[in-house]
Amino acid sequence: MSSLKVYGKPYSANVTRVLTTLAEKNVDDYKLVPIDLLTGANKTPEYLKLQPFGQIPAFQDGDFTLYESRAIARYISDKYEGQGTALFGKTEREKALVNQWLEVESQNYNPSARKIVFECVFAQILEGRPTNEAVVKEQLEKLGKILDVYEAQLTHHKYLAGDFFSLADLAHIPVTNNLINVAKKGELFSSRKHLNAWWEDISSRPSWQKVLQIIQAGQQQK
Amino acid sequence: MKVYGMPYSTCTVRVLTTLAEKDEEGYEIVPIDLQVGAHKSPEFLKLQPFGAIPVLQDGNLTLFESRAIARYVAEKFEGKGTALFGKTVEERALVNQWLEVESHSFNPLIEPLVVQLVFAPMRGKEPVESVVKDHTYKLEKLLDIYEAHLSENKYLAGDFFSLADLSHIPYAFYLINVAKKGAPFTSRKHVNAWWEDISSRPAWKKVAALALTKE
Repeated sequence: MSSLKVYGKPYSANVTRVLTTLAEKNVDDYKLVPIDLLTGANKTPEYLKLQPFGQIPAFQDGDFTLYESRAIARYISDKYEGQGTALFGKTEREKALVNQWLEVESQNYNPSARKIVFECVFAQILEGRPTNEAVVKEQLEKLGKILDVYEAQLTHHKYLAGDFFSLADLAHIPVTNNLINVAKKGELFSSRKHLNAWWEDISSRPSWQKVLQIIQAGQQQK
Repeated sequence: MKVYGMPYSTCTVRVLTTLAEKDEEGYEIVPIDLQVGAHKSPEFLKLQPFGAIPVLQDGNLTLFESRAIARYVAEKFEGKGTALFGKTVEERALVNQWLEVESHSFNPLIEPLVVQLVFAPMRGKEPVESVVKDHTYKLEKLLDIYEAHLSENKYLAGDFFSLADLSHIPYAFYLINVAKKGAPFTSRKHVNAWWEDISSRPAWKKVAALALTKE
């Protein structure tokens, strides 16, 4: 029996980043322990012992506790190196390029994409206020310029780090799903030919399709 | 090896400090003068399409994003200098965890503060008070969590210095030593002790001296 636990809920992009990594490595023997932000379960003393910043996900492998979805993804990738998809390429050079695009996702893509999704989808639910359209406009412009660079990169390479799928591509999937399918900002992608082809490719992978089912099952479960 | 950047730039400094911790001096700094917009020239954009410094060139590998470059340096020179990822799989995972905390929680709060308090005045602009107040408040709350953690651990990932601690140094230095607004750090006993410790390391002192003379 596996000792792997993921704490969180499938509506969270950070949680599904971990679930998708597990799926890519063919690991399905884990328990998803619900921690619902909407009930404040992430602020209990017990949960704060696992994740002192009160965020989801947290992760446990036996009695080893880890948080931060990208760090958890790296751990899973290392632990299950011999199985599933190779998520860091094959050479030192390929690994370095994967790390580079993981940082681009972290520093450039994610901050703007998340702000747009938050304003369009969560501002009302979590802060009881309407969407701040000025913020959305500003972030859409910023993200557009960033995605122009992605378009140029993906014109010459099938995936971000080269001609192989990696954790760098995977890291983008959950927030991009929210951006296109929930915040309805798909035009950012459909207007950029190679970016769109990349999105179609990575979002049709079995790992993500599996996680989409988990997300949908979670939504039905109120 | 070439590092394209400026010795006073926070992200360039992250790379230079990593090289220093690994006792590696076999590189050349190629200045990219931000003041004249050299980072937006067509030649530079071929190296770094987002128009940011630093960039590392090692043979036919061109790499950008300072945290990715730092990882590459740590792995390439694994056999020498300071071990920057601990010794075990679990230690490495904790280093990665705190590297993410730096990236996603610490950096977004301290970077705007340093921009307002150090870089804006350098360009003749007044700091925006509301930005300073808001980010200082949030940074204080974040450092309360660091304080609790560092009261039980000498360094972030455990009882060993790692890339996670190093990655905090550049912006902390600018807030504490350049802007002289270090109270969020210095008023917390264990955060202060941690800062005193990591900022007195020889590798950092070497890079800081270079950063200050070239400002």
